[in-house]
Amino acid sequence: MIEANSGRSARRSSRPLAAVLLLTAGALLQGCGLSDAPVLFPKGPIALAERNLLFTAFAIMMIVAIPAIVLTLFFAWRYRKRKNGAVYTPEWDGSWIIEAVVWLVPGAIVVVLGTLVWTRTHEFDPYKPIVSDKPAFRVQAVALDWKWLFVYPELGVASVNELAFPADRPLSIEITSDTVMNSLMIPALGGQIYAMAGMRSELNLMADGPGVFMGRNTMYSGDGFSDQHFKAHALNEDDFTAWKEKVTASPDVLDAKAYLELHKQSVANPVSYYSSTEAKLFEIILRKYAPIMGPYESEAAELICRGAA
Amino acid sequence: MLGRLTIEALPFYSWVAMGGAGVTVLGGVAVFLLITYLRAWKVLWTDWLTSVDHKKIGIMYVVLSLVMLVRGFVDALMMRAQQAVALNNEGYLPPEHFEQIFSSHGTIMIFFVAMPFLTGLINIVVPQQIGARDVAFPFLNSVSLWLTAAGAGLVLVSLVIGKFSQAGWTGYPPYSGIEYSPGVGVDYWLWALIVSGFGSTLAGINFIVTIIKNRCPGMKFMRMPLFTWTALCVSILIAFAFPGLTVVAAQLTLDRTLGFHFFTNGDGGNMMLFANLLWIWGHPEVYILILPAFGIFSEVVATFSRKRLFGYASLVYATACIALLSFTVWLHHFFTMGSSSNVNAVFGIATMIIAVPTGVKIFDWLFTLYRGRIEFHPAMVFTIGFMVTFVIGGVTGVLLALPPADYLMHNSTFLVAHFHNMLIPGALFGYFAGMNYWFPKAFGFKLDVKWGMRSFWFWFIGFYLAFMPLYVLGFMGMSRRMEHYADPTWQPYLIVAALGAICVLCGIVCIAVQLYVSAKNWGSARDITGDPWNGRTLEWATSSPPAPYNFAVLPQVEDIDAFHDMKIRGVAYQVPDRYEDIVMPKSSGLGPILGGLAFVLGFAMVWYIWWLAALCLVLSLVCVGIRAFDDDSDYIFPAAEVERMEKARLEQITPADLHDMRDFLPVGPASGEILPGRV
Amino acid sequence: MSETAVTGTASDLLEEEEKKSLESREFGFWVYLMTDAIIFALLFATYVVLSKNSAAGPTSKDVFDLRHTAGETALLLISSLTFGMATIAMAKGLSGRVIMWLVVTALLGVGFLAMEMMEFHGMIAKGAGPDVSGFLSAFFTLVGTHGLHVTFGTIGILVMIVQIPLKGLTPPVRSRLLRLGLFWHFLDIVWIGIFSVVYLPGVM
Repeated sequence: MIEANSGRSARRSSRPLAAVLLLTAGALLQGCGLSDAPVLFPKGPIALAERNLLFTAFAIMMIVAIPAIVLTLFFAWRYRKRKNGAVYTPEWDGSWIIEAVVWLVPGAIVVVLGTLVWTRTHEFDPYKPIVSDKPAFRVQAVALDWKWLFVYPELGVASVNELAFPADRPLSIEITSDTVMNSLMIPALGGQIYAMAGMRSELNLMADGPGVFMGRNTMYSGDGFSDQHFKAHALNEDDFTAWKEKVTASPDVLDAKAYLELHKQSVANPVSYYSSTEAKLFEIILRKYAPIMGPYESEAAELICRGAA
Repeated sequence: MLGRLTIEALPFYSWVAMGGAGVTVLGGVAVFLLITYLRAWKVLWTDWLTSVDHKKIGIMYVVLSLVMLVRGFVDALMMRAQQAVALNNEGYLPPEHFEQIFSSHGTIMIFFVAMPFLTGLINIVVPQQIGARDVAFPFLNSVSLWLTAAGAGLVLVSLVIGKFSQAGWTGYPPYSGIEYSPGVGVDYWLWALIVSGFGSTLAGINFIVTIIKNRCPGMKFMRMPLFTWTALCVSILIAFAFPGLTVVAAQLTLDRTLGFHFFTNGDGGNMMLFANLLWIWGHPEVYILILPAFGIFSEVVATFSRKRLFGYASLVYATACIALLSFTVWLHHFFTMGSSSNVNAVFGIATMIIAVPTGVKIFDWLFTLYRGRIEFHPAMVFTIGFMVTFVIGGVTGVLLALPPADYLMHNSTFLVAHFHNMLIPGALFGYFAGMNYWFPKAFGFKLDVKWGMRSFWFWFIGFYLAFMPLYVLGFMGMSRRMEHYADPTWQPYLIVAALGAICVLCGIVCIAVQLYVSAKNWGSARDITGDPWNGRTLEWATSSPPAPYNFAVLPQVEDIDAFHDMKIRGVAYQVPDRYEDIVMPKSSGLGPILGGLAFVLGFAMVWYIWWLAALCLVLSLVCVGIRAFDDDSDYIFPAAEVERMEKARLEQITPADLHDMRDFLPVGPASGEILPGRV
Repeated sequence: MSETAVTGTASDLLEEEEKKSLESREFGFWVYLMTDAIIFALLFATYVVLSKNSAAGPTSKDVFDLRHTAGETALLLISSLTFGMATIAMAKGLSGRVIMWLVVTALLGVGFLAMEMMEFHGMIAKGAGPDVSGFLSAFFTLVGTHGLHVTFGTIGILVMIVQIPLKGLTPPVRSRLLRLGLFWHFLDIVWIGIFSVVYLPGVM
């Protein structure tokens, strides 16, 4: 009876309490700079799904974690030596019921989480194309020391340390590296995939709408690593056309020689645009590190693969 | 003649490097002068360095570990300081230094703090817990120690001559390959790993044989104390996993030194192979570090709750499960490498399954507390602090085991926070608990409680301050290993983390003060009975510190809590009808000599001084050959001497020193006559 | 704490302790062999992963000569047999015959190593050294590690050839010879693995 009463009174006061909590939480998020945290507040469906999985799993695990923490502290206090009167059973060393619970409850949670892992891992395979009424916008990303090169096969142009794509289309990035292992990530849009020389990996992302997002290499790669970030622009139709025109108007051309120049190490490389690229540049970079080498397809390929002119 | 070693290898190119080198050299000189001043060289050599006594070897392991802890922690402090200030500027460390610091921090903490600490504790305790007089191969034990020390020496020397690796403690190629890291740094890292890894493998083999072959009568497997169980599982893990480290380190060395193409970009190399091989060792390694701590917690929680351990069998099976499963999850370290969904999902699920036996362990300790009579000794407080904190690390670990969530959190500071959340409470707190718990056993007097509690609180609070902000920074998109950054919202968190590191520094200072104060007041905190905490397992049956032979008469075990049971039955502290001669292993200088040769060999290989390397190799083979001819490696410890020592010990013990066992008697009139044994 | 003269009972005690210690050593040696087996397992795995990565260099078909390998195999297999003969002779306590069989085994071991050196030398001379491709790195490392083990085994046999006349077939010497035998037969098994994983598929 007393319990029920106290429960009701707690419920009565819980609404203003919730409001206060929510406000405090909001203020805290704002004050702590968390309102921009890309993982907590994603800007695309993939990142959102990945974050939700994080939250769901977190909530499920609290079933075990909270009792474990609370009971530890409670038992430590309740059965402390100096307290008199607490029950003391020095020879008690087992209970089938407790054993069953501590094996089976975490076991059941793992079954639930395991199912979640199986379905979600397949659902959010970074290689899986995103279903959309519009075709995906294809970009080829090449990790260099210490910058990102983005090649746009549909447009025949390239940009360095800046990625632009139409906001209403899924983004499909093919990734490789012409240096050490890197990892491409745009946290607000979703998770990462390694960039490795001689290998093609893939990342499918999408933005909710126009916006500018931070992207970077998350895999330590040497002295310029800290500055190896770029801005990813999800643009609406007009802005994207404007961007396209800006890049096409660039006097720079990414032929084999220019690529070799770009390939040299540079820290905090400025954003730059190339109005055209060597044909099949991405494929040439890939075959540079092929496990079995055949003859070169073109002079440009030989130049890029062999390095110095 | 000197390979690529030139005068330029000396650190006169920057103040930071000179500072590090200066402190290292001065430290070495100070130790040298102190030993010379105390005229302790001979004693040091005959009683310690050449000793094959497992207790002394264990103590030397722990001393090595504590020295390296200070070195590794200075790295941590420098990193936190750098990140606290480096918003839109270079901070005070150029990338080159910052990279060496985070690489050496990880390498030192894993290989030269955690490994020697746990090996040292196992050395001191396990033979006593199983009622043995020594390990199976005492000489091999000495070789293991000196190989580990040689590896640590290589890391320290890299501060003075040349540079350390800039490729992180995991040293992923192709960055760690000769093309991208042409200096000597990665070679120092590799040879430190190869040399010390070899020592660890030998230690693993040694303890498998010790625990299986050297148990005293009645010590069945299911009567072994939990710490011995974890030591057995860990030894098996070491024997299975460390060859993997040897292979991967040797392959990278071949790539770097002889131009092989295991992991290079192109020419048929495959860097993904490195990641797989490294983590086939690396994930079991996590459990190699954590399981002994679990064993310590199991001992401590029962002793200081004054209660039998809850769910002994469950804990044993959980330990075995964890050991087995630890080989099935390595791929979760690189879900983002682009494996298929099936592969990622299988490894994700396998990883989560490990959470079950781990959770069981937590609950078994929890129910050991339940209805106990808990004493807040520093060892116990470290245990409780671990239980609370480790749960958080477990939760974040399971989050990272979800491949899609890992895509978001991989390579971020969230990951850094997670594994520190496992290793600081899960390993280090355990070792500290073990140190507070077994110190009187090793030295004959107790550690100061007040400073022990202070060290705990500083470590505990410092841990939260230092790593909770890193979890948050992971959500904010901060990658690990950043030397500077441009996002102003990150800085407050990094400043808090730096304060946390300062707090931990206070914790380390407290441990130093604790050791000093305890040593100063040792007379008033002596452990006369050898059983200061009313212990339950056999190591408390020996004197503190134990005689060279541990047990004058090998004990007969009848229960899981063997010594507790003896005290109850009144057969503890018994004088046998007669003492017998005891066979003991002779000391040997070959252990430290082999360690020294391994050190010079590593150094020569790092600097391409081929003739010296070849010489060391030949001399090592000669040493092994000498040993192979030596069939006279034991001596007799005479019965009369045993009798004298045992009598002297037992005479000191008065009934007042013994613990009151009335609580533990099944139904007992609370009469004061029942005492735990006769003297 | 000083050493005392070894009296009658004391020497019994030492002997008993020695027996226990030798038992532990034999068990420990099995555990060691297991760790070594893991080293080889990982080298095999590496070879399988890299075996097709010939880069711009020769492929396995270009460099392997099955007849030469068959010769090496024969030498090693026969050496295992002769070591077995040595072990039988040891069981009978015939130290002279043990030494004779050990000499034969060592010669066969040296013969194997010579053939392997010839093979390696020939490959390197033809431009198929270990620094040419991932495939060749993995090949040289796997086969070379085995060769290194055979070298250590041969040194071990030479040490025993010296030790037996000096010490006689005492329990520690017998135990050592037994362990060396385990090692030698283990290398045989590894070689069979190399033959069937490296050479046979390499020329198919």
